[in-house]
Amino acid sequence: MNETRHRVTLTVNGVVREAEVPGRRLLSDCLRHDLGLTGTHVGCEHGVCGACTVLLDGEPVRSCLTLAVTADGHEITTVEGLARGDGEPSPVQRAFTECHALQCGFCTPGFLCTVTAFLRDNPAPSEEEALEAVAGNLCRCTGYQNILKAVHRAAEIQSEEGGA
Amino acid sequence: MKPPPFDYHGPATLGEALDVLAEAGPDGKVLAGGQSLIPLLNMRLAAPGHIVDVNRVPGLDKIEAGPAGVRVGALARHAAVERSPEAAAVLPLLRQALRLVAHPVIRNRGTVVGSLVHADPSAEMPAVLALLGGSVRLASRGGEREAPAAEFFTGPMESALRPGELAVSAFFPALPARSGTAFHEVARRHGDYAVAGVAAAVTLDDDLRVAAARVACVSVGPVPVVVDVTAACGTRPAASAGWEAAAAAVRDRVEPEGDIHATADYRRHLTGVLAARALRDAAAAAHGEEA
Ligand SMILES: Cc1cc2nc3c(=O)[nH]c(=O)nc-3n(C[C@H](O)[C@H](O)[C@H](O)COP(=O)(O)OP(=O)(O)OC[C@H]3O[C@@H](n4cnc5c(N)ncnc54)[C@H](O)[C@@H]3O)c2cc1C
Ligand code: FES
Ligand code: FES
Repeated sequence: MNETRHRVTLTVNGVVREAEVPGRRLLSDCLRHDLGLTGTHVGCEHGVCGACTVLLDGEPVRSCLTLAVTADGHEITTVEGLARGDGEPSPVQRAFTECHALQCGFCTPGFLCTVTAFLRDNPAPSEEEALEAVAGNLCRCTGYQNILKAVHRAAEIQSEEGGA
Repeated sequence: MKPPPFDYHGPATLGEALDVLAEAGPDGKVLAGGQSLIPLLNMRLAAPGHIVDVNRVPGLDKIEAGPAGVRVGALARHAAVERSPEAAAVLPLLRQALRLVAHPVIRNRGTVVGSLVHADPSAEMPAVLALLGGSVRLASRGGEREAPAAEFFTGPMESALRPGELAVSAFFPALPARSGTAFHEVARRHGDYAVAGVAAAVTLDDDLRVAAARVACVSVGPVPVVVDVTAACGTRPAASAGWEAAAAAVRDRVEPEGDIHATADYRRHLTGVLAARALRDAAAAAHGEEA
């Protein structure tokens, strides 16, 4: 079948990118296959696991439940875009490393995007708030204890660095 | 899995959207937040020929709160309604319910109106609309009509929306003075669909006796089950009311089904427990106490 293709322009991690995609192309697949950014992972494609979470205009969303055409003209941040301009890992990335918050790492890109947006909106979360923030992402390996530690550690690093 | 092929339309105005929908007829589907439609496409449980993405239509994301109630536009995301101080001031129940809808990341995309049209009997927002006696405004090329909640939810995943129609907004009427609300549910994990859930609204009279009490139950019938328990409560001071009689009336009315998560008996029992809890908290809120 010859499907109509749509030209989409996305600003991904600060860089303007173009792709030509059928209407049914999921944003997750557009990022991975059309743009070669394989940091965004795909688990369930039902919205349940959170592995595909990216930031759309700064807000975390499931890229597997968003069409690439819907995102046309918008800004996307993927896990590849979380590090600072000089390549230095972000506070959230450093905290995940320090606290051993990953084992196989499959779920990690989704957690990093979710937690980055969460700490931007709530820089000093309570235990309860941190738990709710990560509850929408599934991790098969860690048991979540170290992920929760990493959320609080990242908040600490951010406040030490003056909210940077 | 991936969605099956469809013709994608991204109208820039409401008129254009209604034209495309009219032409597509039963083969057309509106795409709002996509948080229910895209999973259905990915699982190949739906294969519409035309997808009409309304995300670029201006003016649909309005949230208007006034003394009469709250009107929520088709593109108002769950998160935006949840965070709106104006909406929460008029109807605290909106925020109470939205905090139970999925996870925050899903709420960033999903819309309140989309949730109403999707008409999942386990979903929170249809129960809220049914409890308050709200309505959904439906537009088509032929004009607009206002569908009351009691007629809008027609079955599991079935609403009164006709082919060619777009739900442009939903209206949640305010409650009288001295009213309180609460929403309680049991889910296997916070953010999951409820095994059972109950929304309650209680209104007190000048002497702080129960003047009206209603609940809406989720996950225990094909549509939200609304039960008026005013009579079961009796004309008693709310502070000393035992809610057990009211809870028993609710328990007797619901007809849950059993599934892999819970037996019908367990759901019925749970609904009674949650009804008592929600009514007690709603009455406390009507007194001006934080539940
Ligand atoms: C992991 C996960 C967990 C969830 N948990 C819950 C939960 O606990 N409780 C809950 O209530 N929901 C839950 N949801 C569903 C979520 O709330 C959705 O946001 C909501 O049901 C649908 O809104 P939407 O805007 O995403 O609609 P869409 O997915 O875009 O559309 C859903 C349906 O409604 C139709 N539609 C949407 N908008 C309109 C319109 N304006 N006019 C005409 N037709 C329209 C579409 O054609 C489609 O048939 C969950 C979703 C996920 C992915
Ligand atoms: S792949 Fe998107 S939520 Fe699982
Ligand atoms: S680290 Fe393996 S799934 Fe989370």
